[in-house]
Amino acid sequence: MSSARIQTDWASPVMQARVRRRYAKERRFRFLGLAALALAGSFLFFLLGTIFSDGYTGFLRTEVKLSVEYDAFELGIDRSAIEGAGGENALNTANFQGVMMAAATARAQSLGVAAKDIVSDGAWLALREAVRENPDLIGSRVDVWVPTSGDFDLLGKGLVERDVPEANRPVSDAEIAAFDRLKAEDAVRTTLNTTFLSMADSTSPELAGIWGAAKGSLLTLAVTLLLCFPIGVMTAIYLEEYAPKNRFTDLIEVSINNLAAVPSIIFGLLGLAVFLNFFGMPRSAPIVGGLTLALMTLPVIVIAGRIAMKSVPPSIRDAALGVGASQIQVVFHHVLPLALPGILTGTIIGMARALGETAPLLMIGMRAFVTDVPGGLTTPATVLPVQIFLWSDEVARGFVEKTSAAIMVLLVFLMLMNGLAIYLRNKFEKRW
Amino acid sequence: MSAAALIFALLGLAVAAFLVARARAAAFAGRRVFASAADRISSIHSRPAYHGWYVALWALVPALILVLGWSLVGEGIVADRTIASLPAESRPQTALDRQAFLAEVRGVVSGQLAGAFNPSADAAVPVYRSIKTQWSLVIAGLAALLAASGGGFAWLRVRPHFRARPRVERFVMVVLVLSSLVSILTTFGIVLSLIYESIEFFRRVSPFEFLFGTNWSPQTAIRADQVGSTGAFGAVPLFWGTIFIGAIIAMIVAIPLGLMSAIYLTQYAKPRSRRIMKPMLEVLAGVPTVVYGYFAALTVAPAVRDFALSIGISNASSESALAAGVVMGIMIIPFVSSMADDSITAVPAAMRDGSLAMGATTSETIKRVLIPAALPGIVGGVLLAVSRAIGETMIVVMAAGLAANLTANPFQSVTTVTAQIVQLLTGDQEFDSAKTLSAFALGLVLFAVTLCLNIYALSVVKRYREAYE
Repeated sequence: MSSARIQTDWASPVMQARVRRRYAKERRFRFLGLAALALAGSFLFFLLGTIFSDGYTGFLRTEVKLSVEYDAFELGIDRSAIEGAGGENALNTANFQGVMMAAATARAQSLGVAAKDIVSDGAWLALREAVRENPDLIGSRVDVWVPTSGDFDLLGKGLVERDVPEANRPVSDAEIAAFDRLKAEDAVRTTLNTTFLSMADSTSPELAGIWGAAKGSLLTLAVTLLLCFPIGVMTAIYLEEYAPKNRFTDLIEVSINNLAAVPSIIFGLLGLAVFLNFFGMPRSAPIVGGLTLALMTLPVIVIAGRIAMKSVPPSIRDAALGVGASQIQVVFHHVLPLALPGILTGTIIGMARALGETAPLLMIGMRAFVTDVPGGLTTPATVLPVQIFLWSDEVARGFVEKTSAAIMVLLVFLMLMNGLAIYLRNKFEKRW
Repeated sequence: MSAAALIFALLGLAVAAFLVARARAAAFAGRRVFASAADRISSIHSRPAYHGWYVALWALVPALILVLGWSLVGEGIVADRTIASLPAESRPQTALDRQAFLAEVRGVVSGQLAGAFNPSADAAVPVYRSIKTQWSLVIAGLAALLAASGGGFAWLRVRPHFRARPRVERFVMVVLVLSSLVSILTTFGIVLSLIYESIEFFRRVSPFEFLFGTNWSPQTAIRADQVGSTGAFGAVPLFWGTIFIGAIIAMIVAIPLGLMSAIYLTQYAKPRSRRIMKPMLEVLAGVPTVVYGYFAALTVAPAVRDFALSIGISNASSESALAAGVVMGIMIIPFVSSMADDSITAVPAAMRDGSLAMGATTSETIKRVLIPAALPGIVGGVLLAVSRAIGETMIVVMAAGLAANLTANPFQSVTTVTAQIVQLLTGDQEFDSAKTLSAFALGLVLFAVTLCLNIYALSVVKRYREAYE
C-alpha cells in the first residue's frame, strides 16, 4: 500500500525553490536575532556616548587671568594678622570679595561687560587660598588665574552655539566679544576642575561639586552594609542549614522572595512612615537612608547566600559531622568559609544596586539642597543618584555637563564594584 | 558619655573577658599531668574558645541591650523631663512648638547655634544639659553593673566540665532565628504602614471615588480662605498611565528585542561572541534608573517631540508617554532576555534534537518547538518584567510628566502611580492631609498589584520548570 506514495524528488525545481525559501527564512530569522542584540548594544553605546560627550567637560573649568592688587587696607588684614594666633579667623573675615570685585571690574570695564559676567561668584576663594599659602602676597600686585562665570565657562568649552539669535542663547553678543578678546590675549585657559571633585552642591554650576554627594553615598552605604550583611548572612544560614520545614519557615521564605520583587519606592514609603514619622529619626540623614536601603538589599544577600551555601557539597558537611563537629561548627568552620566568595559577590552586587537607587531616598527627604560635605550619620546629606536627579532639574545650562559628569562618577563607582564582584567570582569560585 | 562610646567600651570589655576566660579554660586543659591522651581530652568539656565566648556574651549582651534601648527612647525621656522642669507658662503648647523648642535647645547644646531665639529655650539649655548628663551617667553605671555581674556570673561557671559549647551554640541559634525575623518584620511593616495610612486616607475620600474616579487633581486648599480645589482623587488616569507606559509601550519595545536577543544568544551565537554579548546586556541591566531617566528626559523626549511635530501631530508634549515607555523598555530588555534565556535552555535537548533530526531548520525548530515548549516560562518572565516596569520610578518621574490625562495618544503626557507618589511626598505638606495620605493609598495599590503579579508569575514559572524535570 505504501508503494502508491511517490517519493519526494528533492532535486525538482519546486522542491529546490522550497528549500531555498526555507533557508532564506532561516537567514532572516537569524539576522533578526542579531539585529535585536545590535539594537540593544547600540542603545547602550548611544547612552554611554551621550553621557560621556556631554559630561567630560564637567571635569574641566575655564579660568581667566586677572591682575589682582592684594591691598592690605582693602583686605582689612596684614601679614602679621595672618601669621598671628588668630590667623585663620583673620583670613576668613578679610575682604577678598572686595579685592576680587575691584580686579574684575577693572578688567570688565576695559572689555565693556560687567564684572559678574567674567568671574565666578566664588572666584575670591582662589585669592584666599593663594594668600593662605603665601602671606607675602599681601601688598603686591600679581596675575592670578581665577574661575570664570558660568557663561564664560560655556564659551571656553565651546558649548555655546554662536550662530543662533542672541535672544535664544544664554550668552549675549557683548560677552562673546569680550571672551574673544580675552582669548586673543591668551588670558583664558582650561584646567582640571578641582572644585567639582572636592565640593558639595551649589546654586551656580561652576561652583557645584560632587564630593558632598559621593561622601553621602559612602556614609549611607556603610550603614547599609553594616546592617544587611550580617543579618542577611545569618538569615541565609538559618534558612539553608537549620530551618525545619514548617509554616514559619515558609512564611520567612515567602516574605523574602516577595521583598526581592517589591518596587523600591515602597521601601521609601516604609522608611517615611516608620523611621521618620514613627521613630522620629532626622530627615535627609544617611542613617535613615542606610536603614531603608538595608531593608531593600537584604533579600538580595539572603538569596545569594543561600545559593552559595547550596553549592557547597553535602559530603563536606557529612565529613565534618563524622569527625565530631557540632551542627554549628559544621556551618561556621566549613560551609561558611567555602560559601563566602559567593556571598561576597552577591553582597557587592546588592550594594551596587543600593548605590544606584534613587526613589526610596527621595521619599525620606535626601533630596535636600546640601552645600556642605556631610560630616556624620545624622547630618543632612544627599547621595550620588539623587544629586544627579536634582541637577537634571536645574535650568542653568552649565548643569547639563555637571549632571553627565556626576553620572560618569556614579558609573565609575558601579564599574569598580561590579569588577570586584567578577574578580572575586573568578578567583575564588570552586566547582565541585 | 554618648551611646557610641559606651558601646565601644562594652565591646572592649567583651574582648577582654573573652581573652581572660579563654586563658583560664586553656589553663584547665593544660595544667594537670595526664595519664593518657583520652584523659586529657575528657578533662575539659568545651574547647577554651567556647568558654571565652560564653563569658564575653554574658558580659556584653545584657548591657548592650540596655544601651541600645536607651539610645532609642533616651532622647524622648530627657526632652520630657526638661519640659516638665520648666515653669508652666513657658512650656511649649502645641506639638509643633515643642519640636521647634527642642530643636533650638539641642542646637545650642551641640554648639551649632550660638544662642536660642526663644528666651525660655535659652533657659532650658542648662536644665537639658544637666538632665542629659545625669541620665547618661545613670545608664553608663547600670551598663557597667550589668556587664560586671553578667561577666562575673559566667566567669564563676568556667570549670573544666562546664558545658560552654552547647550554651554558646544555643545563643548563636537564637541570633540566627532573630535575624531571619527581620524580613518578616519588614514585610509586615510595609503592609501595616501602607494599610494604616490608607485607612486614614479612605476616611476622607471614599475608596469608590479613588478606584473608579477619572479626575485626579490632589491640590487641596491649605488655608480655609484659599480659593482652590478641594482636591479630586480619582486615580483611574494614574492607573491607565502606569499600564500604558509600563505594560504596553515598554513591553512593545522589550518583548521582541529581549526575546530575539535570548534566541540569538542561546541558539545561534558562538561561545566567543556570547561571552561578549551577554555582559553587554548585563551592563544595560546595571545602569541606574536615574541615568535612564536623565537620558529619557534630555535626549529621547525632545527627539520624540520633534518626530511627532514632523509627522503633523500638533499637540505633542515634550513629556510624552512614548519617550518614557521606550526608555523603560530598553531598561527591561536584559530582564526579559535573561528570563527567556532560562526558559529556552530548560527545554529538554531531546525535543530540539528531534526536530533538527527531522530536517527542520534551526529557525523552524525555534518557532515550532522551542518557543511553544518554553512559552509558560517566557510568559511568566514577561509578567515579572511588567511588575518591575510598573514599579519603576525614576524614568517616569523625570520623563513622563505629571498631567493626569486619560489618553491613548503616545505623544501626549500621562502620569503614573510612582511619579505621583514622588510628587505628593516631596512637597512641603503637613503629614496628615488627604494629599499626602493619598500617596500611601497609591503605594498600597502598587504593592498589591506587583505582589499579585509576582506570585502568579512565579507560580507559572515554577510549574513550567517542574513539567520538564
